[in-house]
Amino acid sequence: MTKLVTYNPLDWARHPPYLHPPYKSTVKRSPSRPLVPLVQTLSELTGPVYGENEIHPLDNDLTKNSMKTGEPIGERIIVTGKLLDDRGKPIPNALIEIWQANACGRYMHKVDQHDAPLDPNFHGAGRMLTDKNGVYRFTTIRPGAYPWGNHSNAWRPAHIHFSVFGVNFLQRLVTQMYFPGDPLLPLDPIYNGIPDEDARNQLISVYDHDVTQPEWALGFRFNIVVCGPRQTPFE
Amino acid sequence: MKQTASQTVGPYLRIGLIYGEPQNDLLQAQTIGERIKIVGVVYDGDGQPITDAMVEIWQPDANGIYNHPSDPLNEQADPHFRGFGRSETRNAGTYEFKTIKPGGRDGQAPYINVNVFSRGMLVHTLTRIYFEDEPANADDPVLNGVDSSRRHTLIAVPEQAGNSPIYRFDIHIQGDQETVFFSPE
Repeated sequence: MTKLVTYNPLDWARHPPYLHPPYKSTVKRSPSRPLVPLVQTLSELTGPVYGENEIHPLDNDLTKNSMKTGEPIGERIIVTGKLLDDRGKPIPNALIEIWQANACGRYMHKVDQHDAPLDPNFHGAGRMLTDKNGVYRFTTIRPGAYPWGNHSNAWRPAHIHFSVFGVNFLQRLVTQMYFPGDPLLPLDPIYNGIPDEDARNQLISVYDHDVTQPEWALGFRFNIVVCGPRQTPFE
Repeated sequence: MKQTASQTVGPYLRIGLIYGEPQNDLLQAQTIGERIKIVGVVYDGDGQPITDAMVEIWQPDANGIYNHPSDPLNEQADPHFRGFGRSETRNAGTYEFKTIKPGGRDGQAPYINVNVFSRGMLVHTLTRIYFEDEPANADDPVLNGVDSSRRHTLIAVPEQAGNSPIYRFDIHIQGDQETVFFSPE
């Protein structure tokens, strides 16, 4: 049997705990028993492989991929960054999926009954594969903040949901990207479920004037880091 | 570099993650192996079904080979089976997959890897589906390493035998029946 290169486990100094009572839904949806340690095997060190033919060219442009009668309403933005492992190595050909509210803070979803308009030209979903340098790039509309029922006068800071596949099942990550300077961030129990300040800051995209396109759209940079291969004593 | 922190999928995951051909049907016409259905309910700590969860599975083909370059036997993998599936839970908290029974490998009983995501879960959880009618379970190192009082939470039970077997695998995120969740070290 070939010796497998194992991967770094989840870094619990960076990730939120399952139970974070200020985010009320965690109270009944968090495992209460310790996770059972598992020796990594081939099943965790493999994962689905995707090809370019599964992605439509407009899938990474949320301002165009669901147009019906015209352009969606709102502030057009570009969100780009690199997918890396925690050894700093870019991860190419990895599937990244995003979804978000529209400019008014309303999701195209029947459960969302927030009294804000839907935009018929904005579905709010995109996907793409990272390129050979691990880079992804979406064009979208800056999402609005929206109220939720967690506590009195609770508002989610504007965010974009990111779902990431690396090269194996261990690199699977779902997270949220936030925007710099959002006054709602210190008040948000989901964001603040992350105990480490530096780890929280890592979820805030950075305004990047070099990404901004003149006469077109503001640019934000958001790099994503997932676990990487373990360093062995022989390296 | 430091890992990016996980955040919940929230209640609207279907917008971004459920699209295209049904992702809970892993089968193609030419896929090799015994066709099975896996059904289950995802429950919260009060025993209430979770109606906005998502279950993802990853498994090898009927011969226990993964469709992935890291598998040394990759070239022999069934080209008509990717091995990845995704199912949102419906109104009753139910998920469902159409797939094939995976093959065992390297002295391990056959199993399917499972990730569970939901509103209220800041990090997803990893578990495994084993099959009750597999004699290899008795000697499986992972199953035997789990406390015997909790081992049954990893084992799918046949509900219907015959030409199209159905296995039930309920997932309890929390509580007396809490499913065993793993931390791959």
